[in-house]
Amino acid sequence: MSDTKLFKTVTWSAGPGCHGGCGQKLYVRDGKVVKVEGDEDNPFNQGRSCPRVLAMTQYMYHPDRITQPLKRVGKRGEGKFEPISWDEAFDICEKKMKIIRGEYGAEAMIFAQGTGRDIGGPISFLTYSYGSPNWAQLGLSGQSCYTPRLGAMKAVMGDFTVTDCSQFLEKRYEDPAWQRPEVIMVWGQDPANGCPDAFMGHWVVDCMRMGTKIISVDPRQTWMTTRAEHHLQLRPGTDAALALGMLNVIINKDLYDADFVRNWTHGFAKLRERVQEYPLDKVAAITGVPAESIEAAATFYAKSKPAAVHWGVPVDMSPEGTSVAHAIICLWSVTGNIDVPGGNVIARPSHGVSSYPYSTEELVELYGEELVQKLTKKRIGADVYPMVKNFRGWAQPDMAIDQINSGKPYPIKGAWIQTANILGGQAARARLHYDALKKLDFVVVVDLFHNPTSMALADIFLPAATFAEKDSFRAWWAPLAVIKKRVQVGECKSDWEINFEMAKRFNPEGMQRWNSVEDLFNERLASSGMTFKEIQDKGGWVMPEEGPCKPYLRHERGQLRKDGSPGFQTESGKVELYCTTYESWGLDPLPHYVEPPQSPTATPELFAKYPLIMITGARSQLFFHSEHRGIPWLREKEPDPLVQVHPDTARKFNIYDGEWIHIKNDMGKVKRKVKITRKVHPENIQTLHGWWLPELKGPEPDLFGVWDYQINQLIPGPQCSTSGFGGGQYKTTLVTLEKIGNMGENNG
Amino acid sequence: MAKYGLLIDYNYCTGCHSCEVACQQEHGYPEGKTGIKVAEFEYETFKGLAIDFLPYPTDLCDLCVSRQKNGERPACVKHCQSRCMEFGLLGELVTTMEKGHKMVIFAP
Repeated sequence: MSDTKLFKTVTWSAGPGCHGGCGQKLYVRDGKVVKVEGDEDNPFNQGRSCPRVLAMTQYMYHPDRITQPLKRVGKRGEGKFEPISWDEAFDICEKKMKIIRGEYGAEAMIFAQGTGRDIGGPISFLTYSYGSPNWAQLGLSGQSCYTPRLGAMKAVMGDFTVTDCSQFLEKRYEDPAWQRPEVIMVWGQDPANGCPDAFMGHWVVDCMRMGTKIISVDPRQTWMTTRAEHHLQLRPGTDAALALGMLNVIINKDLYDADFVRNWTHGFAKLRERVQEYPLDKVAAITGVPAESIEAAATFYAKSKPAAVHWGVPVDMSPEGTSVAHAIICLWSVTGNIDVPGGNVIARPSHGVSSYPYSTEELVELYGEELVQKLTKKRIGADVYPMVKNFRGWAQPDMAIDQINSGKPYPIKGAWIQTANILGGQAARARLHYDALKKLDFVVVVDLFHNPTSMALADIFLPAATFAEKDSFRAWWAPLAVIKKRVQVGECKSDWEINFEMAKRFNPEGMQRWNSVEDLFNERLASSGMTFKEIQDKGGWVMPEEGPCKPYLRHERGQLRKDGSPGFQTESGKVELYCTTYESWGLDPLPHYVEPPQSPTATPELFAKYPLIMITGARSQLFFHSEHRGIPWLREKEPDPLVQVHPDTARKFNIYDGEWIHIKNDMGKVKRKVKITRKVHPENIQTLHGWWLPELKGPEPDLFGVWDYQINQLIPGPQCSTSGFGGGQYKTTLVTLEKIGNMGENNG
Repeated sequence: MAKYGLLIDYNYCTGCHSCEVACQQEHGYPEGKTGIKVAEFEYETFKGLAIDFLPYPTDLCDLCVSRQKNGERPACVKHCQSRCMEFGLLGELVTTMEKGHKMVIFAP
């Protein structure tokens, strides 16, 4: 490979799909990436790689990849597209979107994102340049992915925290300032497969190797639960009750950190009072976890110093997700594990750079108070839900789709869909999303491959770039990194380039500040004191220096609050166990438990008909949400959409391993292949979301088999927590299993 | 000729599939063809369920001879996310194995 050149860069999808920020080495020959390997010098992944990034060459040069802008020429959904130039594509988008803005107002255009890529930056930039308040993760019921946890942390602590696996330190595990967590309580996640939201799941495995013990809170059995010191196998959706039961143990047995509680928390007496409502016998009855197991795990957690909590989407997807998160925050707060080495360390974007702006605070900094205030007034859900109004600049997704359907209180006429396969992925009530979005006057899809959403809806398809083909920057959380374009595939452009060009057309005056995307990057990187090029010259990434972006004990050093005084960035300057922010938003200021909307006790009649609790939304190393089903090296390792069924349950339903069956409830039925396994509890079944089969026909009515395999068709709605965020029923929906008449049939 | 092999600490294999795709990429194998394959084991013990994974080098495994020439470890070992694979001289791997448990050495 003598004519092969090696370039280092950093991922932020597209390619692996995820939000991880791994360092990668690209081997480039004749303008093509021929191999991708993990970069040993990057402290994030230290040379390791996931299977999705190792399959990059199959992804980038896939025969199905869309590499030119496309215009729909047949009827919508008919699958007839023809290639057009970028100029023509931009012109059409400009014209159609200006008509919508002129006739109905900018709010009539919704900007829908999924997850993955560096999407938050470019899509908010375009949304605000166009003037719409409606930026949304359309389809994701209750906005139930991380946002509820982020909102809760901001309200209760004024900052976010993550499990300290030394990721803020350049020397990582070798840094003497770091301490290994004695315990990591993994709450609702399987880190070996988990979604890498700026966190690499295998860091937990690294800690285990060094001696860290695990407490696992998970309805399933996984590689990690089988290696846990304590595994609390709870009924899905009862997480708040469990957390409150653990708090009951820790507080009543005086296992809390009295110094930290006295000096740095607010409302402990009220929390103590609240947890008395959750005695262990009651909690055991709700959760299905024996009282003695809860007591043992709570005691073990509280007595281990330092201890960290690492959590996942089941927190968000529990009813009242923001309250569940509050309860868990109380656990790490009363035990004094905030911003200590090996605890839950405060996580801020490195160097104060905002690469994925979403909080009202960040948006105000970038776009000014006046514009943000003006847009918030019209944002879907802001008049109903306090967190939609006050925390995150996203429209409430359940309300948004209902509004598209009803046209009330104002009509939505167009959608800009970027990084989102709504119909094939996250959409609860997927059929309703299909019907509603079909009515729109104009739909743009920006993606890399056709999928059920683009096939059904796109009028214009704009081809996006992978991380190897784009310039971008990343500050989630550390290090601060730049992504450098190394190759060009077809005519694909980065999301930043596409949205920069479109923004110029909608807001020419405001765009005069920047001549190029790099100018804009440099402005956004200003707080680091470095330019895009300077960071690149330093090797592409820089770790945070001493200051507010680097651990530890920043509350003691006065590095968190804007006024420079010690404490936390909250009203009281303390961690608000009794949350005055929640109180001012009209929410319960203390954590509480709410039974899932569908459950054996809440809806016994429904349960008699549908006696199984279905868990969807688990992550996989092979697939990122609805991506990668067409990548040969990945798909061959899990070719079929499986449903995990316990052997006792399989016997009850008279089904065998490998049989194709229907999962069914009042919302519809979906096909799955049975995998009999003890990993799942007899009362639950588990199945991956995001299944559609790229090898099947794309044009309607087939849409790559999406209506046969899209499991979130069975998830009811609208649903969300009283805060506006959390509570999608992806893990608590009741279903039954039904044999398919024609056995052995696997599609159609 | 020195005899090399792979040591697998299968207590820590999480079944992430990185070794498999790393191998396929390294050798340019199409799907269906691979120098290493991960097997999964699920069984009941006195303490409850056990779940283990074990990467198994196939007949195609050449321990990445071409990488060895450049002083690099085999692609599977390099990319293993839980760092449960070690490449080395069989004699030296045995020494590691004597100190551990749930380990196996392959001489492909």
